[in-house]
Amino acid sequence: MTPDKSTPGQGLRFPLYLSRVAAGFPSPADDHIEARLSLDELCIRHPDATFFLRASGDSMTGAGIFDGDILVVDRARTARSGSVVVAVVDGGFTCKRLLIDRDRVWLRAEQPGYPDIFPAEGAGLEIFGVVTHCVHALPV
Amino acid sequence: MPPLFALVDCNNFYVSCERLFRPDLRGSPIVVLSNNDGCVISRSEEAKALGIPMGAPWFTLRELEKRHHMEVFSSNYALYGELSARVMNILRDLSPRLEVYSIDECFLDMSGLGARVAEHACRIRADIQRLVGLPVSVGVGPNKTLAKLANQWAKKHTRSGVAVLGNEQQREYLLRQASVGGVWGIGRRLRHNLEARGVKNAWELSHQDVGTLRRCFGVTLEKTLRELRGECCFALEEGGPAPRQMILCSRSFPRRVEVLATLREAVASHASRAGEKLRRQGSVCRMVQVSLYGGGADAPHWHSVTVPLPAASDDSRDLVRAAVAGADHLFRPGTRYRKAGVTLLDILAPSSCQEDFFQPPPRPDGQALMHALDQINTRLGRGTVRLGRIPARPEWAMRQERRSPHYLCRWSDIPRALS
Repeated sequence: MTPDKSTPGQGLRFPLYLSRVAAGFPSPADDHIEARLSLDELCIRHPDATFFLRASGDSMTGAGIFDGDILVVDRARTARSGSVVVAVVDGGFTCKRLLIDRDRVWLRAEQPGYPDIFPAEGAGLEIFGVVTHCVHALPV
Repeated sequence: MPPLFALVDCNNFYVSCERLFRPDLRGSPIVVLSNNDGCVISRSEEAKALGIPMGAPWFTLRELEKRHHMEVFSSNYALYGELSARVMNILRDLSPRLEVYSIDECFLDMSGLGARVAEHACRIRADIQRLVGLPVSVGVGPNKTLAKLANQWAKKHTRSGVAVLGNEQQREYLLRQASVGGVWGIGRRLRHNLEARGVKNAWELSHQDVGTLRRCFGVTLEKTLRELRGECCFALEEGGPAPRQMILCSRSFPRRVEVLATLREAVASHASRAGEKLRRQGSVCRMVQVSLYGGGADAPHWHSVTVPLPAASDDSRDLVRAAVAGADHLFRPGTRYRKAGVTLLDILAPSSCQEDFFQPPPRPDGQALMHALDQINTRLGRGTVRLGRIPARPEWAMRQERRSPHYLCRWSDIPRALS
């Protein structure tokens, strides 16, 4: 059940859903013909807090993120240790895996040869958002 | 239940939008210029500190740009419109009733929250910062005028960015601090008049005789005065003393709509109605935002697009053309739409439009036609005379030499993350 946001000013209204549980035979009136499948719905849980960024480089190939891929970045999700995130480093955006260990927070690549990134002394690590999906186009 | 209003507005909105994908620009002086690179319409705090006034023409700033490494942007309406739509969507989840007042301002109904209002105001600010990345200030008061004053106070004098007007002493304190010109609805000329009469601040203004002022300055000032005294004269969805900065027309469909032709008709109709309101307040506008609500069986949401007009206009034909172009852009076959809306943005008085050699000439009989249309519709009912078939979408050509990339509407322009 989701609040009906389509009429601001009218308060919250909850649409009444017919049961989806099989109970005898399906009713012809049970009309839930949905729209076609949409990648937007699959990949975007919080449309107002989701942004697309383009991965630029090879340090995250171990996580399945390749140069040129499109990152689906959700600011509404809480980043945890192990999340792949977009963070702000040196005035720009960086995509790395976030690691949290007691009171230490840092960024790690998914490819050997790239050093860990630690925030400056006394500074926090600013997370732009959590990467929830990565769109990789295959050559056709 | 006593009324309680919050005014939520984004700090230096256009600049903040430009900073969202440019973390390297935090702390830098930044200005955003109007259409056709005319004048300053938004400044960062650092640019304000350099003494750059609002409305400064661009050519006066080139020295400062070089000396202070100031960043200058042309308006990126697609970006601002999209980010604004996101902020307003989030606010709808945080308040049962709201009024979107302009591209970056929204009044919320906070009555009934009682002692929890401050906590809720802080949550609003935190949520918008977290979800969209934009800084907002929140001012709360018993009416819109006081909420606006509280908001200005929050912006200038608090670190929390939130101010709640709780009692009479606070109201007096706030009004004594506020200049006459800072009060909502007091324009420059009125301010000069009042100051010439010896009115030094909002507190003194609130003690002026209503009858005298009404005779000299009109009825609108009376409502402002009463609001300064704590009364509630402007209800939610009833605008305020100044001409609206934003005009919204929308309607739910009685049945789900899946056909583009129907959507086009709906947005054309909304654009026409919005055009009537625009002309009634004697304004013109430069941007049309189209919104469609639908998609997703369990989680429908708003999709919006912002269409800038080649020249400021109050002509319904221009507004309708832009609205239909927007609907064409947004439409996805297979989606079941529940609602459509048209919002007119960047509204201004015709006299303040900077003319540009390169913009298309105004239609010679446009004004007469619109006047006749409005007259007939007033006498015989709305929609008696409607616009005919919509022509094909024209090319939008606008001089925007320093516009930032289309971060949110072109795949080629999305921001990069080093990986």
